[in-house]
Amino acid sequence: MGSRSFLSRLREGDEIARMITFLFAASVVLITLLLVLELWQGSVLPRHKFGFNFFRTSVWDPIFEQFGALPFIYGTLVTAGVSLLIAVPLGIGAAIFLAELAPARVSDTLEFFIDLLAAVPSVIYGLLGVFIVVPLMRQYLQPALKHSLGFLPFFQGPAYGVGFLTAGIVLAIMVIPYIISVSREVLLSVPRDQREAALALGSTRWEATWKVVVPFARTGIFGSIFLALARALGETMAVTMVIGNTPTISASLFSPGYSIAAVIANEFTEATGDLYLQSLIELGLVLFILTFILNGLARLLIVATSQKGSGMGHA
Amino acid sequence: MNNRLRWRKFISNFMLTMTGVCAVVSVSVLFFILGYLVFHGGTSISWNFFTKLPAPVGETGGGMANAIVGSAKLLLLASLFGVPIGFFGAIYLAEFSNSTIAFVVRYAADLLNGVPSIVIGIFAYSLVVLPFKHFSTLAGGFALGLMMIPITLRSTEDFLRAVPNALREGAMALGASKWKTIATIIVPAAYRGILTAVLLAFARVAGETAPLLFTAFGNRFWSSGLGQPTASLPVMIFTYAIAPYEDWHRQAWAAGLVLLGLILVINIVARAILSRGITVSRS
Repeated sequence: MGSRSFLSRLREGDEIARMITFLFAASVVLITLLLVLELWQGSVLPRHKFGFNFFRTSVWDPIFEQFGALPFIYGTLVTAGVSLLIAVPLGIGAAIFLAELAPARVSDTLEFFIDLLAAVPSVIYGLLGVFIVVPLMRQYLQPALKHSLGFLPFFQGPAYGVGFLTAGIVLAIMVIPYIISVSREVLLSVPRDQREAALALGSTRWEATWKVVVPFARTGIFGSIFLALARALGETMAVTMVIGNTPTISASLFSPGYSIAAVIANEFTEATGDLYLQSLIELGLVLFILTFILNGLARLLIVATSQKGSGMGHA
Repeated sequence: MNNRLRWRKFISNFMLTMTGVCAVVSVSVLFFILGYLVFHGGTSISWNFFTKLPAPVGETGGGMANAIVGSAKLLLLASLFGVPIGFFGAIYLAEFSNSTIAFVVRYAADLLNGVPSIVIGIFAYSLVVLPFKHFSTLAGGFALGLMMIPITLRSTEDFLRAVPNALREGAMALGASKWKTIATIIVPAAYRGILTAVLLAFARVAGETAPLLFTAFGNRFWSSGLGQPTASLPVMIFTYAIAPYEDWHRQAWAAGLVLLGLILVINIVARAILSRGITVSRS
């Protein structure tokens, strides 16, 4: 290869193929850079006018051009937090079942259903949220919670059906598939000897799983949780449909709220004036940075665990 | 001692059963979703749904013909934009690139893949809607195409890399140039995987709503060409579900059934293509 001249390779088309495919590959990088640039430049006005106060104040008033994003950030974090509280135990439990207990055939079949679940679009979750979950919450779950745990500040106030709790539950259902698939992968990559050693030392099956296999896969499982968190933070449609779309900061999970993605979805087309539109773009920038950090962390953790597994396997 | 052992065994069995319960609960959600959609959507779906325009506000009846055609147009545009970039980019990564450039491109693709869909919408808005000064099918197709790029690119690259090196060397030893090797040996060897990747990317964006809200916008009438705002199934589901009219709710269910049916069928077909007759041995 080395002895052939550039010209002869050009004649055979290799250099042309290389250049053309390079252009396509380079365009991916360009598009991504352009996206960051657009978000940064598109939010110049509010960044200069409000500075850090954008994140500390809670007045969102398009008429007087006062924009504070605190209620949206609060709503995003609370709903994502609630969703993880529900999704993490369920998802990890299911992943343990799929990886450790179920026969390969059952595990693969269930994983197939989990993959399909992950493919269900967000607006469908929203549709079911509006017509199934919200009425259920209003009539049964919220009154029951108020009755039993009403002394806690989280479960007070009128039961509207929509609100932080409902959005959190719908989000939980949406992110569980991600936690299950990634955690299952990670658990399956734990070397066999680890299990066998624990069992040989006399631990029960659960002890071997919980005290040896799961700790071995811990970083990867955390990775799956970060991945799910990133999804939950950026999720738009389902949240918009069930969160109530009222910018409030309230300790009560029954209260209607608002999230970053939801306010962008609802107000972007109606935003009059540059400052208003750019404030929404700045919210988009915040969302971008949050998910960027979380996805990066998740990838690092997942890669670290699977390398640890394969490293041990070869040793 | 015996009691303690019994206790440990009980705990073990109990916790293992609980993990089974978690798995059953998680998977059953899929069947709940399907069941509800078939139940509510199946009773609301009719021939009119596929052939009629939306009825004026306040009147019952009508359908979503324009949204179905709109979605088809958007997805066609998205595929025309996203698939070539992903496909040829992946060929560069797998066959030509050095490791530094490959790392940068992969990193950018992963970053793009993680961007929330609503932010993709903002990007498409400022890049396509603002210069043309109106919402358009073009902008919506661009937004969806953007989301197809990373999925197509990353999986295509994986499948190209899975083609055994012996095939490359064999073709080269027979005197084929590199691009000929790629076009006639490597890509055909990996075509099942690549087709699966493209289908999965297609299914993923078919249900996306957020990036269309302020790019393709919406339209209660037919949209001609690519320069006008257009209706699409996902956006119709959203607007109809949150509207206060009973008849619109029924249509939202019907549209949900059609959309989910389409997406699940594509997913199942894609996986079937991949699992049947694996032509690529993973070395």
